[in-house]
Amino acid sequence: MHNLNSKEPTGSIEGRWDKHQFDLKLIAPQNREKYNIIVVGTGLAGASLCATLGEAGFNVKSFCYNDSPRRAHSIAAQGGINASKNYKNDGDSVWRLFYDTIKGGDFRSRESNVYRLAQLSNNIIDQAVSQGVPFAREYSGYLANRSFGGAQVSRTFYARGQTGQQLLLGSYSAMSKEVASGRVKHYSRSEMLELIIVKDKARGIVVRDLVTGKIDSHTADCVVLCTGGYSNVFYLSTNAKGCNTSAGWRAYKKGAMFANPSFTQIHPTCIPPTGENQSKLTLMSESLRNDGRIWAPKNEKDCSKDPREIKEEDRDYFLERMYPSFANLVPRDIASRAVKSICDNGRGVGTEIDGQKLGVYLDFSTIIDKDGESKVKSSYGNLFDMYESITGENPYKVPMKIYPAPHYTMGGLWVDYNLMTTIDGLFATGESNFSDHGSNRLGASALMQGLADGYFIAPRTVIDYLASVDFETIDSTNPEVLSAVKSAEHRISKLMNAPDPIHSPDYFHKKIGRILWNCCGMSREKDSLERAIEEIKSLELLFWKNIKVTGVDDDFNQTLERAGRVADFIELGQLMCLDALAREESCGAHSRVEYLSESGEAKRDDKNYSHVSAWHYDESGPTIIKEALSFEYIKPSERNYK
Amino acid sequence: MNFTLHIWRQQNSQSKGSFQTYKVDNIDSDTSFLEMLDQLNESLIADGEDCIVFDHDCREGICGACSLVINGYPHGQKNATSTCQLYMRDYSEQNEIWVEPFRAKSFGTIKDLSVYRDAFDRIIQAGGFISSKTGSSPEANTFPVNKSDADSAFDSATCIGCGACVAVCPNSSASLFVAAKINHFDKLPQGKIESHKRAKLMVDKMEEEGFGSCSNHRHCEAVCPQGIDLSNITKMNSLIKPY
Repeated sequence: MHNLNSKEPTGSIEGRWDKHQFDLKLIAPQNREKYNIIVVGTGLAGASLCATLGEAGFNVKSFCYNDSPRRAHSIAAQGGINASKNYKNDGDSVWRLFYDTIKGGDFRSRESNVYRLAQLSNNIIDQAVSQGVPFAREYSGYLANRSFGGAQVSRTFYARGQTGQQLLLGSYSAMSKEVASGRVKHYSRSEMLELIIVKDKARGIVVRDLVTGKIDSHTADCVVLCTGGYSNVFYLSTNAKGCNTSAGWRAYKKGAMFANPSFTQIHPTCIPPTGENQSKLTLMSESLRNDGRIWAPKNEKDCSKDPREIKEEDRDYFLERMYPSFANLVPRDIASRAVKSICDNGRGVGTEIDGQKLGVYLDFSTIIDKDGESKVKSSYGNLFDMYESITGENPYKVPMKIYPAPHYTMGGLWVDYNLMTTIDGLFATGESNFSDHGSNRLGASALMQGLADGYFIAPRTVIDYLASVDFETIDSTNPEVLSAVKSAEHRISKLMNAPDPIHSPDYFHKKIGRILWNCCGMSREKDSLERAIEEIKSLELLFWKNIKVTGVDDDFNQTLERAGRVADFIELGQLMCLDALAREESCGAHSRVEYLSESGEAKRDDKNYSHVSAWHYDESGPTIIKEALSFEYIKPSERNYK
Repeated sequence: MNFTLHIWRQQNSQSKGSFQTYKVDNIDSDTSFLEMLDQLNESLIADGEDCIVFDHDCREGICGACSLVINGYPHGQKNATSTCQLYMRDYSEQNEIWVEPFRAKSFGTIKDLSVYRDAFDRIIQAGGFISSKTGSSPEANTFPVNKSDADSAFDSATCIGCGACVAVCPNSSASLFVAAKINHFDKLPQGKIESHKRAKLMVDKMEEEGFGSCSNHRHCEAVCPQGIDLSNITKMNSLIKPY
């Protein structure tokens, strides 16, 4: 059994990353072209890594399921990216970003990693500006900032409501430069189906060409997964339709541990669900909480009224009331829980689903009265347009309606300080790893982490690994490679030929999503989690009996793609419930109803649960292995945003 | 709402395609256009038929994966909107809908409604970047950028690379796509240094990929989901000349 050694450097926290970088091995420029690296997923983390490794002179093969790296879901991040530049002179520093992130994550992340992230944040902004990312600027010509949840400083850099798009296009253009140089060979419309392990080391992947259906192996000296998060396990989420867990899940089944799978972020401000046939939910950026005020009617009888007719004294600005010092800018987990509790108490507004109105108002009338419509338009124009096109309502005139939705997953593959999983030579970066956000991620920190991993951390640690290991030459005839290909082919054939094909992949996806949303979403409870686990086990059996995939496998077959992803979501869903059940405390986004204070706040149990839960796959059932967390610099305290 | 759909079906890039007619009934007005296609696909699975292939991903109008020519308009008739942001309430007046792939010599059909847009990637690879390397950047506020330049750079950079400009152009020109990228960088001090070379390389690549030239039909800016302005092309042309 693996010993979970985080390999954190010791010594003063400010110097750990510098010292560690000096200790990491290097490869001389003339030798770099001898090494081959596979990068799976080319969103922010993957594209930035490809660019950096390519520039350094390594051979990179990259893969994505989309028709171009520019379509990765990083592109949809709206509000911004944090950095501790302190341009606003409001008391920000590396220490404060470090502190806010540890506290925001409710003391369930690793101090050394988070400090490093805060340190690297500034360099990311420098890097992006030099790539031509058109960040918002002041009239002076210098960079502008705005505020995000969980911080009392203004440290978020942004490009209107399209920050993720602009940062991804920056990384994509840098990566494209290396595709042109020949250092990066990129494969679009390709999906990883299997990890290849030779002599206990990750040495390649099995890939399906999504256009032809052809299954091929690719070998290398190491593999880096940059494959994003798994919020789509809930079916309805803010993720792109294609986002999936399959690469990480295949790695898990080959021995990479999966950490804190139940830590999933439910984002408070999304457009509420409207009905059965909805395919996804749309986020309204957290940046809107800079100027928008969240409220619900004080009285149930007002819930069906036109909000403009509800008098000021009959409105409950509940976040301002409950959390006077952070008010509308409390962290996401806190805001989501508050919105849910208002709706559970019958004070929701909007469309009724299963007998409950799911929505509260996000109102801009105060700021519009004060600064005028044009000011609001310049900050949030595209978000307001998007809201109007989806709902048919004009948010300049009528308050937006919002409700929480699955958005980001803090859990992911367990990695050490070098971002290496428990499989030698398999790394995980960005959202696909578990590392930096504990049990709740602060807004504008995902872009920061993806780029810190891709531009600055993985390029150093991957090279150290390559320099430390002797690689035997392998090719596509290696027995391990052949067996991985065979197992991928076997799985496809099972999906195509279920004994009693009745139901589509979406049918099963909606089922698993509903179970998880009800039992492993914004609130969790022992009994319902246990019930969910049993339900998921039956669903898994039904899936393999009744999955119906039409068309053929050696063709462009989107039904087959979805079926494979849903099969993995069902297995992951079970692990999420096991993880939520095993953690008998509430922390951050993990809200066990048995462990909430009277006012509904999460009650941590630091004595028994100050650890990372890493799950190890075993055919007889997953086992939990703990990585104890120690807090040398920031003493765990009750998170107070009041 | 009930609709009669005429959808382009084509087995692969070699085969000849044709319109097939389908009926969809009881569609809610809040259903998105792509969700309507999802529902049709679900019924095709129930009937044991191969689903209609179409590209889509984020479904929030930003990834640029969705395409489709709907009743003759790339991304449908609604202004400044990508296909994924169309809702069936927008089609309350039209119960017969024709759905085709983006068509251009450089965008070959892969299957049904899905096309190759790799040529866009190759145009970016030809020069659509600033040649800075990771780690070599000065402090971000070293070079102030006039706010109006930064805003204008953003207005060009907002392109989602969907290819509607090509699909609608009688010349199948990618000029708006190429010009938007060139102007995005040209407006910033970091990008300006390579502007002439970049413009030449990207325009040459565009021609090599088989896209036509601009002859000012201006359909591209009319269908662009991001509302990218035609003046980008004028500026691009001025950048190529002195080189």
